Amino acid sequence: MPTARPLSPHLQVYRWQLTMVLSIIHRATGVALAAGTVLLIALLLALAAGPDAYQTVRAFCSSWLGMLMLFGWTWALSFHMCNGIRHLAWDAGWGFDIPRAYLTGWTVVAASLLISALIWVCVFAQAGAA
Amino acid sequence: MNTTDLQTPLKRARGLGSAKDGTHHFIVQRITALALVPLTIWVIFLALALVRADYAHAHAIVHQPFAAIWLTAFVLATFWHAQLGLQVVIEDYVHSRWLEVTAQLAVKFFCAAGALASVLAIVRIALG
Repeated sequence: MPTARPLSPHLQVYRWQLTMVLSIIHRATGVALAAGTVLLIALLLALAAGPDAYQTVRAFCSSWLGMLMLFGWTWALSFHMCNGIRHLAWDAGWGFDIPRAYLTGWTVVAASLLISALIWVCVFAQAGAA
Repeated sequence: MNTTDLQTPLKRARGLGSAKDGTHHFIVQRITALALVPLTIWVIFLALALVRADYAHAHAIVHQPFAAIWLTAFVLATFWHAQLGLQVVIEDYVHSRWLEVTAQLAVKFFCAAGALASVLAIVRIALG
């Protein structure tokens, strides 16, 4: 809606900082995870349908596109869950001061990367053992 | 608080917000988020158990009553939480009214269909 009123400073005049980046990533990963539920539905429907359908979904998951999606999905899920817990703490009134917002922010970044790495170590260890 | 105001805080909160539903959206989003933390952690372990499993083994894992119940809870909370989250994104960024309504309906239909399909698939695996 066009308006003649002055607008408050927005993203383009702000220096990028951790808190706003994590806020944007939280939204983006949320949308990505919602889109990723298609893979979850496909897997469950295939498992209900029979071996042939299940093999098709498994084959897609092992393809480079499927692997790329699963890598992204793993990190998006790890990040959204860790940052979601950070949000729940805020909702409970904890961690609003700036030093703590940065500390929990960097903790979320580190934890999400660590969890994703652990998951894929488990996946490749199993695939290697097979 | 103004002592002559007979409205309760709930009455004042109702009808506010972009979706005109007051704090209900906020609260349900938090409840589903809280539920999804343990649900998701367990589903990650389930997914890891499925990596090496062939069809029969994978089917047997999800066939277990506990797994089927937990997975159903995960799927319902996931699609509910996804709908609530996508709703806010659309409210924030889509400013043309008909496009907004269309997008909101599309998201609701997708999440409802996704939840129904997933639950029916789990039921079929659990009973099959």
